[in-house]
Amino acid sequence: MDRPIRVVVAKPGLDGHDRGAKVVARALRDAGMEVIYTGLRQTPEQIAETAIQEDADCVAMSILSGAHNHLFPKVVNLLREKGADDILVVGGGVIPEDDIPGLIEAGIAGIFTPGTPTSVTIDFIKNNIKRK
Amino acid sequence: MDIKAGLLNNDKRAAARLISMMENGEPEAVQIIKECYNMTGHARIIGITGPPGVGKSTVTDKLAKQLRKEGKQVGIVAVDPTSPFTGGAILGDRVRMADLNNDPGVFIRSMGTRGALGGLSKAVHGAVKVLDILGMDYIFIETVGVGQSEIDIVKLADTVIMVMVPGLGDDIQAIKAGIMEIGDIFAVNKSDRDDAERTAAEIEAMLDFNRDEEYRPPVLNIIARDSKGIEKLLELVEKHWEYENRSGSYKKKKLNRVRAEIMDIFRDEVMKTLYSISENTNIINELAQKVMDKQMDPYSAADRLIDEFTNNQRNN
Amino acid sequence: MFNKEKLEQLKKAHEEWENTVTKAVAKRPERKKEFETSSGIAVKRAYTPADIENLDYDRDLSNPGEYPYTRGVQPTMYRGKFWTMRQYAGFATAEESNKRYKYLLEQGQTGLSVAFDLPTQIGYDSDHALSEGEVGKVGVAIDSLKDMEILFDGIPLDKVSTSMTTNAPASVLLAMYIAVAEKQGVSSDQLSGTIQNDILKEYIARGTYIFPVEPSMRLITNIFEYCSKHVPKWNTISISGYHIREAGSTAAQEVAFTLADGIAYVDAAVKAGLDVDEFGPRLSFFFNSHNEILEEVAKFRAARRLWAKIMKERFKAEDPKSMMLRFHTQTAGCTLTAQQPDNNVVRVAMQTLAAVLGGTQSLHTNSRDEALALPTEDSVRIALRTQQIVAYESGVTETADPLAGSYYIESLTDQIEQKAVEYLNKIDEIGGAAKAIEKGYIQKEIQDSAYKYQKEIEAGERIVVGVNKFQIKESAPKGLLKVDPKVGELQQKKLAELRKIRDNTKVNAALEKLGNAAKGEDNLMPFILDAVKAYATLGEICGVLRKVFGEYQQSIVL
Ligand code: B12
Ligand SMILES: Nc1nc2c(ncn2[C@@H]2O[C@H](COP(=O)(O)OP(=O)(O)OP(=O)(O)O)[C@@H](O)[C@H]2O)c(=O)[nH]1
Ligand SMILES: [Mg+2]
Repeated sequence: MDRPIRVVVAKPGLDGHDRGAKVVARALRDAGMEVIYTGLRQTPEQIAETAIQEDADCVAMSILSGAHNHLFPKVVNLLREKGADDILVVGGGVIPEDDIPGLIEAGIAGIFTPGTPTSVTIDFIKNNIKRK
Repeated sequence: MDIKAGLLNNDKRAAARLISMMENGEPEAVQIIKECYNMTGHARIIGITGPPGVGKSTVTDKLAKQLRKEGKQVGIVAVDPTSPFTGGAILGDRVRMADLNNDPGVFIRSMGTRGALGGLSKAVHGAVKVLDILGMDYIFIETVGVGQSEIDIVKLADTVIMVMVPGLGDDIQAIKAGIMEIGDIFAVNKSDRDDAERTAAEIEAMLDFNRDEEYRPPVLNIIARDSKGIEKLLELVEKHWEYENRSGSYKKKKLNRVRAEIMDIFRDEVMKTLYSISENTNIINELAQKVMDKQMDPYSAADRLIDEFTNNQRNN
Repeated sequence: MFNKEKLEQLKKAHEEWENTVTKAVAKRPERKKEFETSSGIAVKRAYTPADIENLDYDRDLSNPGEYPYTRGVQPTMYRGKFWTMRQYAGFATAEESNKRYKYLLEQGQTGLSVAFDLPTQIGYDSDHALSEGEVGKVGVAIDSLKDMEILFDGIPLDKVSTSMTTNAPASVLLAMYIAVAEKQGVSSDQLSGTIQNDILKEYIARGTYIFPVEPSMRLITNIFEYCSKHVPKWNTISISGYHIREAGSTAAQEVAFTLADGIAYVDAAVKAGLDVDEFGPRLSFFFNSHNEILEEVAKFRAARRLWAKIMKERFKAEDPKSMMLRFHTQTAGCTLTAQQPDNNVVRVAMQTLAAVLGGTQSLHTNSRDEALALPTEDSVRIALRTQQIVAYESGVTETADPLAGSYYIESLTDQIEQKAVEYLNKIDEIGGAAKAIEKGYIQKEIQDSAYKYQKEIEAGERIVVGVNKFQIKESAPKGLLKVDPKVGELQQKKLAELRKIRDNTKVNAALEKLGNAAKGEDNLMPFILDAVKAYATLGEICGVLRKVFGEYQQSIVL
């Protein structure tokens, strides 16, 4: 594929921890991707709409404040409703291991927790985006 | 997904996909645009340009909000630079327009300059056409006013707003040399700061120097952050539009624009073929060997490539 | 401080020594080609008097408790009393958090530190749409004075000092605290504690902003003014480098950007007509303590010296108390790992040592489960014990500033100060901290450091034990703290009830008065206090101010 992968890096909810999201955004850029960074305090609706208008290949969300079980699945559902279930959804942040199976079940393709090298995230996105 | 049907059905997802396809230079996309070309021409196209960080996105956001109040549909294409080293980009203009994200009457698209072979202006042209077909009443193009390709893009607009800020000082001098000519309206943003009036006066003075036509670009102090001066700015846009139509300048511009676009597409196609031939090391190696072996001279070798080129073009 | 002749001899000898060692190193290389601190300061093989040849004891160090306070703000330091041990805590409902505070006080903690949930920090009530899923998750949910009464139930506010991490709505929460005290029969001049109230670093690094810069600065100076008259023992601001460092800055950047913010606050207050010595003594600071112990100690010392000079020379303060940089410290959460979490206890112990050797006035130690969830009671206890062990068993507390005079420490202190001064000059050039934030300059500098740090770890150039070296296979951690997801509903119910039973005419009148005052120039504290006492909610009060002031838009430069 010679077109760049387009990724929306989003911060849902009221969480202000953006160090990780910004590090990930930069790493994706340096891996040749086009990154649309949303900034803080995005609602699931805003994120889904952004992903659609930007024709993103992937929505990458970061939450460190514990609201992931509530907010991640909402975005997946909204994308589905809008017929955009071919957009890969991944998430990262402080997410207890117990919560991961439920999130995967809900349609988040991958969850990346503290200590994950950005190269792992990059490879995952490259290998799992649904559109070639 | 049936993109064309979707587009005609005002489906944002189809439109978004079509923009990507145009951006990626996919032939099917061109086909769809060809088929829908008659539906273009409705939207008013506004260019927003100026140095980095002067508030272009903020201005765009506020103008869009004002137009939404008037019930207009608004499209926005925001261009940010692609890293020449990695081919990646961070597209951050949307951050300033976050509350427009879930307004159904707004469509925002971010775009990287990507750089390779000047495809940018074609991509922006493409996006604007798609948004036009989608029924947008106004389409904004935001791009940083540095670099020739960015300037070319803004020329696509019916009205160009050049955004400046107080205290640009030396920057104004630099801008004067290059892009002063392309502004139809000058907005001195961040006029909450000192020296706002003086900067406006400086720009006025520069305009005196540069222009002696019938239309004199107005200079307006605004504070986009606080939505101050936005209504007035829109009025100036309308005034400019009236002038353009009244004076016939619009028709001329439009013709030039279409001409430029044809040339752009033409140049692009030629470049593509040229690129694919020069990347084809087999032929080149072969010819080089022949020249080495004195079986051929370099002039004839180049002629061979030109044959190759014309054949290639025909087959396209 | 050194005899010139002696120094020359010494330099020569050292040079020779370096030459011999360099030859040996050519054969048997050192671990790395270059050694440097987090701030990019090159670290030499060894330090000598030559590295501090310009040091002037009176000018640069002086005695503990004396200008420029490099060696500490009190003459006796921990011989007098230890630092305040203050664990930042709060989660779920006021009832739940009240229990945790009482537990901590029983365990020997000497001050309270309240963590609010995100809706409370951003001025939304628990029943606001944006609060969905966030209520009580990372701190205690406070919607109205009712909740605040429960939070401090049975805790005598004339006896404990309370620190509250609240910024954008600081005036509202302080007003609630004053009102609760009043109900306990404690007058506001007896209250001691701190509100963070540092909005600039929210824009830079922490993210719980509400209003744009100018009205935010007004709220802050309103608090300075009000407290200097009515709550004189209160620390009206905690100018924070902690979050800047956690967002990824280096030690030198932490000092620089924190003091740049400090300068902006002093400027604003002076502009608002306050006398620098009236509010200067109530300014307090908040720093981070990382693993690189020696650089950290130097950082604390450099910050103290630099602030003293700024207050004296730039702002012409005359009261020595205005020149003293007093600070709270927290250990570095971002150094703590999800992998092999018990190792974090060791890291926190080192960081505690750094903070104490650096002369902190109070300290929060992070828990071993930092990277996993909010801490359990067991984990918090270990963290508190870590402080107590350093206090009672290490011996480093027996003399003030024990590392003073170390060639390395003094040289590092100088270099960090110098780097910070360079940044401060640059920020002055831009037009001050607020402008530098609007431009995204400060954020960009921090992000660059954060990204560099991440890349160093991924390249294996920086080792984090258990993360990129010495890993083991681990099973999922057990027994983490989980906040009951029902907290949201519970708070909403409480709110609905409150809105029914309170005197709504009184509430509306108070809110209207506040709105009008916000449009004018009066100090808003009394109006907020009235609204709070009428049981107007935090969200209602902030809502009124949002309408008048508008909201802050983030600057992002990636
Ligand atoms: C740094 C930090 C802060 C900084 C944030 C600075 C900033 N601008 O980001 C400051 C000091 C401001 C802060 C504040 C708070 N914090 Co804090 N903070 C942390 C800390 C120590 C490190 C996070 C970090 O940045 N790590 C470095 C980055 C590079 O790593 P990362 O974000 O984890 O990202 C990596 C992976 O997770 C993954 N990843 C992350 N995001 C994404 C996204 C995608 C798409 C992908 C693919 C991957 C990915 O890849 C990254 C690279 O490996 C964590 C604990 C910890 N050690 O993790 C607590 C922590 C997240 N904070 C916590 C809390 C409670 C708070 C506060 C809410 C406290 C309060 N009540 O006021 C405040 C408020 C913050 C706010 N506005 O929301 C809690 C959250 C508890 C929970 N979830 O249950 C934690 C877990 C600490 C704790 N145990 O109590 N914090
Ligand atoms: N003081 C002041 N700041 C403003 C005003 N308008 C915008 N800003 C601020 O200027 C900064 C840059 O605004 P943007 O709208 O992102 O500028 P831009 O020109 O689109 O930036 P690039 O796309 O990166 O070139 C932001 O911090 C805005 O909040 C204004 O009227 N006054
Ligand atoms: Mg922009």
